[in-house]
Amino acid sequence: MAIRIDLEKCNACGLCMRSCPYEALESIDKKPRWIEDRCTLCGACLETCKFEALTGEIPARELPDFSDYRGVWVFAEQHDNVFHRSAFELLGCARYLADELGEEVVATALGSGIQDRARDLIEYGADRCIVVDHLALAYYQTCTYTHALGELIRRYKPNILLIAATHLGRDLAPRMSRRLGLGLTADCTRLSIDPEERILLQTRPAFGGNIMATIVSRFSRPQTATVRPGIMKALDWDPSRHGEIRIEEISMADCKEFTKVLECIMSEDRGVSLPLAKIIVAGGRPVCSDQGIAVLKEFADAVGGQVACTRVVVEEGFLPQDQQVGQTGQTVRPEVYFACGISGAVQHKAGMDGSRYVVAINKDPDAPIFEIADFAIVGDLFEILPALTRAVRGQG
Amino acid sequence: MNIVVLVKQVPNTTEVRIDPKTGNLIREGVESIINPEDRHALEAALSIKEIDGGKVTALTMGPPQAMEAVCEAISMGADQGILLTDRAFAGADTWATSTALGMAINRIGEFDLVIAGRQAVDGDTAQIGPQVAEFIGIPQLTYVRKLKAVEGKVVVERALEAGCERIEAPTPVLVTVLASLNEPRHPTVQGLLLATSDRAPIKIWNAADIGAKAPDLGFAGSLTQVIRTFTPKEARDTRYLDGSPASVAAELVKALHEKEIRLGE
Repeated sequence: MAIRIDLEKCNACGLCMRSCPYEALESIDKKPRWIEDRCTLCGACLETCKFEALTGEIPARELPDFSDYRGVWVFAEQHDNVFHRSAFELLGCARYLADELGEEVVATALGSGIQDRARDLIEYGADRCIVVDHLALAYYQTCTYTHALGELIRRYKPNILLIAATHLGRDLAPRMSRRLGLGLTADCTRLSIDPEERILLQTRPAFGGNIMATIVSRFSRPQTATVRPGIMKALDWDPSRHGEIRIEEISMADCKEFTKVLECIMSEDRGVSLPLAKIIVAGGRPVCSDQGIAVLKEFADAVGGQVACTRVVVEEGFLPQDQQVGQTGQTVRPEVYFACGISGAVQHKAGMDGSRYVVAINKDPDAPIFEIADFAIVGDLFEILPALTRAVRGQG
Repeated sequence: MNIVVLVKQVPNTTEVRIDPKTGNLIREGVESIINPEDRHALEAALSIKEIDGGKVTALTMGPPQAMEAVCEAISMGADQGILLTDRAFAGADTWATSTALGMAINRIGEFDLVIAGRQAVDGDTAQIGPQVAEFIGIPQLTYVRKLKAVEGKVVVERALEAGCERIEAPTPVLVTVLASLNEPRHPTVQGLLLATSDRAPIKIWNAADIGAKAPDLGFAGSLTQVIRTFTPKEARDTRYLDGSPASVAAELVKALHEKEIRLGE
């Protein structure tokens, strides 16, 4: 890769030197001389020369041959040898993609003592499961997991790799993809196969959910994406499914983990699992009072639902962060989502617009939440919710 | 400790609107700000410096107007600002961006800590931190909500989905931080005067300055491409329920019942 200058053809017009953003062409008797160290091979100079005095190959981007990369892989996240629910969601999605491509679904699990659980992955849709069982993998650390997953990818050459966009996945995926030279798309909410090019179409929200972008990775394999938890649907559990469970040996000797986990503190389980809730009763700013929370909770009790909220309710200290729905909170898809006093900012909608039915209660008839509501009630939640509570309890 | 802080200038996304005709983002009139979590990264670096000494360098990549972000960092107290700007950087995905930032950090040379916000509000990928850490070959600590630096090492608290972990790592190390880490300071008047003066400690670097080649940068050097953008569809048939609270409540319970949703059972 070089820029060649034919001084015979050059008429010393100087256009090329002025066009160079990097001063990589210096003037010697008004004619250019190429300074390789400064040149970024952007090609700007080549376009300016009318006398073909400048020539050079600007490397064209060729599509590499990836025909030996096959299979849709799922990284099955686990904690204490229990698979994260995202693993099953990803398997459901991978099954659909693999069937479109005519390839197999492979689940990979890293851990220590995890092989006993690997059958779960087969029963939720994997054709095969590759397990790396090593004491060094018992607890997630960036370096060990990057090494092990990267090594598996080098050995097996998958076509697609899906990782949950959890804290763990968003720590692992960019590190591993940078090491292997892979394009990576974050937080996808929709995945499909392009019918002509047979590549993975990775769709994700950007600008706080204001816009959706579909992204492709044409230049590297596996096509790697992290997938937002709570969006994809797991398949039904099928204990009759069969598949190979393979234990893979990977040496962890070369892997120096420089970070040291001093302590791990798991928060108490308060029984709140919003992503699995069938009915969610969520409050916005107007519930920021003891009375507001009480009204919300009473209705949630009556309908057997979970209480959730917008960011402001967390910031005001009325509910804990794990009950926040939205871009910076949880993504939920209940059967019914009651949005009580929620205006419907895009950041909030991003976390709940997958709900089957949305009931919106708001004083402001112009609140954006009504745009995505199936049932709209313009009114004061302090009147509507108690009335609903009575109606549900048959006291209406 | 010498600290490099990665800063990104972003549109204030709470103000971003979509042109209903074209489906494109309307950027005109939208305020540009330092990415909120990056201001927490700056605060973390400045407070470490106050105790330990050393030098804080704010590094940003962007169009020429991203100079505003560098100036703001200087006026908050950063010792040095570097604006990476070049047409060759345009259209970069996180792969090509981390290449450029990584090469710039290597050019800066001596550093013990690199601090960045967990993610930027325009892209929300959270990929740049770990990708830069891998590029320059140092460990990473993400989702950090408590950070203590002592000579030669850091001790952090990382937020997990269900709890947290305390981790110790030797320097050099890259840390990405959450907003709950601290309360960012405001720019000072003296800082602002310095940042906008002739003697502002600000450097502008292009691709050649960091020794990068165009094919590795920007759109040409990216491994992913955006092939389509669109506005999320929000069409639902909205049914408005009117009347007294009691009648609205009864109507809703009945309507949901018809959809086979039985509340309270």
